[in-house]
Amino acid sequence: MGGNAVHWFRKGLRLHDNPALRDALRGADTLRCVYILDPWFAGSSSVGVSRWRFLLQCLEDLDASLRKINSRLFVIRGQPTDVFPRLFKEWKVTRLSYEYDSEPFGKERDAAIRKLANEAGVEVMVRISHTLYDLDKIIELNGGQSPLTYKRFQSLISRMDAVEMPAETITADVMGRCTTPISDDHDDKFGVPSLEEPGFESHLLPLWFEVDTLTTAVWPGGETEALTRLERHLERKAWVANFERPRMNANSLLASPTGLSPYLRFGCLSCRLFYFKLTDLYRKVKKNCVPPLSLYGQLLWREFFYTAATNNPRFDKMEGNPICVQMPWDRNPEALAKWAEGRTGFPWIDAIMTQLRQEGWIHHLARHAVACFLTRGDLWISWEEGMKVFEELLLDADWSVNAGSWMWLSCSSFFQQFFHCYCPVGFGRRTDPNGDYIRRYLPILRGFPSKYIYDPWNAPESVQKVAKCIIGVHYPKPMVNHAEASRINIERMKQIYQQLSCYRGLGLLATVPSNSSNNGESSMSGAAAGPSSVDSAQEGSAAAAGRAVTLLHLHLTTFCGKYLPNS
Amino acid sequence: MTALVYRMKRVLSGNADDSNSSSDGPMDSFKRLRQQSEDPADAESKWACLPQEILLHIFQYLPLLDRAFASQVSRGWNHAFHMPELWRCFEFELNQPASSYLKATHPDLIKQIIKRHSNHLQFVSFKVDSSTESAEAACDILSQLVNCSLKTLGLISTARPSFMELPKSHFISALTVVFVNSKSLSSLKIDDTPVDDPSLKVLVANNSDTLKLLKMSSCPHVSPAGILCVADQCHGLRELALNYHLLSDELLLALSSEKHVHLEHLRIDVVSENPGQQFHTIKKSSWDAMVRHSPKFNLVMYFFLYEDEFGPFFREEIPVTHLYFGRSVSKEVLGRVGMNCPRLVELVVCANGLRPLDEELIRIAERCQHLTAIGLGECEVSCSAFVEFVKMCGRRLSQLSIMEEVLIPDQKFGLDEIHWEVSKHLGRVWFPDMMPTW
Repeated sequence: MGGNAVHWFRKGLRLHDNPALRDALRGADTLRCVYILDPWFAGSSSVGVSRWRFLLQCLEDLDASLRKINSRLFVIRGQPTDVFPRLFKEWKVTRLSYEYDSEPFGKERDAAIRKLANEAGVEVMVRISHTLYDLDKIIELNGGQSPLTYKRFQSLISRMDAVEMPAETITADVMGRCTTPISDDHDDKFGVPSLEEPGFESHLLPLWFEVDTLTTAVWPGGETEALTRLERHLERKAWVANFERPRMNANSLLASPTGLSPYLRFGCLSCRLFYFKLTDLYRKVKKNCVPPLSLYGQLLWREFFYTAATNNPRFDKMEGNPICVQMPWDRNPEALAKWAEGRTGFPWIDAIMTQLRQEGWIHHLARHAVACFLTRGDLWISWEEGMKVFEELLLDADWSVNAGSWMWLSCSSFFQQFFHCYCPVGFGRRTDPNGDYIRRYLPILRGFPSKYIYDPWNAPESVQKVAKCIIGVHYPKPMVNHAEASRINIERMKQIYQQLSCYRGLGLLATVPSNSSNNGESSMSGAAAGPSSVDSAQEGSAAAAGRAVTLLHLHLTTFCGKYLPNS
Repeated sequence: MTALVYRMKRVLSGNADDSNSSSDGPMDSFKRLRQQSEDPADAESKWACLPQEILLHIFQYLPLLDRAFASQVSRGWNHAFHMPELWRCFEFELNQPASSYLKATHPDLIKQIIKRHSNHLQFVSFKVDSSTESAEAACDILSQLVNCSLKTLGLISTARPSFMELPKSHFISALTVVFVNSKSLSSLKIDDTPVDDPSLKVLVANNSDTLKLLKMSSCPHVSPAGILCVADQCHGLRELALNYHLLSDELLLALSSEKHVHLEHLRIDVVSENPGQQFHTIKKSSWDAMVRHSPKFNLVMYFFLYEDEFGPFFREEIPVTHLYFGRSVSKEVLGRVGMNCPRLVELVVCANGLRPLDEELIRIAERCQHLTAIGLGECEVSCSAFVEFVKMCGRRLSQLSIMEEVLIPDQKFGLDEIHWEVSKHLGRVWFPDMMPTW
């Protein structure tokens, strides 16, 4: 009994449902909660302003909550492998706790810290609370492989044991006799940094950073805000008394005060708390009906991608990733920049990317639209590039979910049909016929009537003059001809999938290898027998035997060979 | 297979045995040889004396890279590596690091092939990325295939069509080398290239007896007369892909003439260059002639039109079997499809609009008795109508790809019940296509 406990916050930035912290407290004399600002953390390539601001607000909120129970947050700069040995000695640490991180880099980093802790005689306590389930159990249930379709995932979920209840919130009572030694110079040494600080890691901020963006954040970070939003979210659902997926309308595109995704990502809100509150509400409103899985859609998608990624360190890459189709994407930095900076000339795409950059969140259908445009729809640029931009700008994009979604949306994995291509004009027009969303984020186009606001290049010159916006001068011309681009791209997708599945028929839908949902999945190789043939009209026995296989095919062969069908 | 190669190398360089390594079927003969003699020198001569036919058989299983490693093992194996049978097929991958993530076929390998194996090549394809240099490199190789008698040639753009950026004459002269020298071309894929009428004439002059497959979608320099020449002379043509502007009544009649074999499949891309484009019509009688001549032929049509450009289409019966709408298509047009496409096998609709397609789908279920595949993107269908549709089609629907957002819950069915209803009628477990919502 006794001893000095250190709780290491990474995600899980909350005091409610934090079983690792709660368990660390048991019988400890002292507790120090640390957050390590690790600028070189391998998992993320770049962090935008919105993400930094959100994170810092989370840390401020944690610090404030800890103050209420006579503790403080200790923010330490450096790399965990350097910081911890020092802390173990300085603070005579006997126990280290943290929330389990399922991502491959997280597991590696934690293994290293575990080793250091063992060497220093420090007990390590790890608890699962960032996901609803123990992901390894889901994988075990699936014969040792991560499920690759959402349907399969759902069927596995329905066979898992119930989700564990959230742990009790850390209060003064829970702290008990445990104290936190706080020095007078705590703020200087361990205080939460602020973005305005001149000494802050300014080299990490992008060059275009402006102080203006520091003002009102649409998504304020922190556990307190998260819990308030949760209540609002549930209130709204109860009032509507309808748990169906809400119909998409113009308003859905705007940031909602009940939106929860960034809070789930940073762990300001416990997914398990959300899960149970949803369940309770549903039972109350629908009079004790068993809630359908679709009720937890948002949570389960997140869980799905975490499960898919946990054993795959190459999950965020195309090359060397056993579940990713090798596509001949185009390298085109110029085109990529136009997309990332909202200068494509398609108002629908540009408005979405502008909202993303300014606020850090866009509706999931908006994500589909821009992801499709960048990859298989129009620009034929690699999903990895899009993923990197989202990583920088999107508040709720963490490694697993971001990479997984990009592979999904670009039809690079997960057995997705690729026939439906979102039109950068039509899709937006159907969602918001008036065009208010465009006018809000692209003020230069305000003067255009709804008829032309999605395709202003088609507006007669007179209309453009009245709108005080000449296309090609004040706003770019469309960077591609969508009809032409989508025609070419669907053909490319078909070529690739035909090679992959060795499908020789004429159907478009059948080119995607099917995945039998009955008892698990066939591999992405499906009917593939190995190296693809040169074309369909080969003759002679030499053809089958003497196929020269290039490295691209080698990828496919390796890929087919690595991913084995479930038995 | 790679393990085998390494083991061979070790044996030949006199290392200790590792008889524990696994071997596959054809390797049994090797195992026996190994066991017979442990003396490295003896083993070497045994390996070297391996009959070429066995080597050929084994090498055919190896991917090129492994084969290349194997060829370094001994003179005999090197000889086997260069046997003509191993060089019948080749796919040249031409990529530039600045425009592609994928690796290219090594330039030295290309040189070797042209030098030693060009007369062995029969089935050749070129995969090029979006850079002009790659397309140029392809033409360069083509121009050197003078000793080839190709049966198959495919020019495949894997990204933006870079062949179109070449000077036309440069491309044509390279292609003509193949046309003139091959004389027994059976399959030709030249989509998205600047091929023109005169070069098609050259193709026909040399290969009319053997040509079976011709894919030339999006070849803007070809005219209806140019393709008609092909249809008139190449009576063995079974598969043809082209753009709508090349399609004519005369072409269909030529393909249906007595001298012509049965056409197996015809693919037509209908692409709008500018909004408001006018398209010509094809007479029903021409389609009828096609069906009479080739009752089993498949007609695949890909439409990339604006909604208001569908005027000339689906006014009369058309024998289309596979139909893809790449852009938004109106409810009215889908209604006409139901009325006029009795042979329809697959229907894929990228987008429609916000009015439910209930009636149109029911009509399609009624009148398209051969429909086995349907895909719906941004459309709307009420759950009841959808269940009715599936009930009417029954188990013949082997492909049912419906985006989740398409289905609108109504009084009878919500989203959670619908997949059971549909699964019941399909005879297998079915779910709509989903997109992540996080």
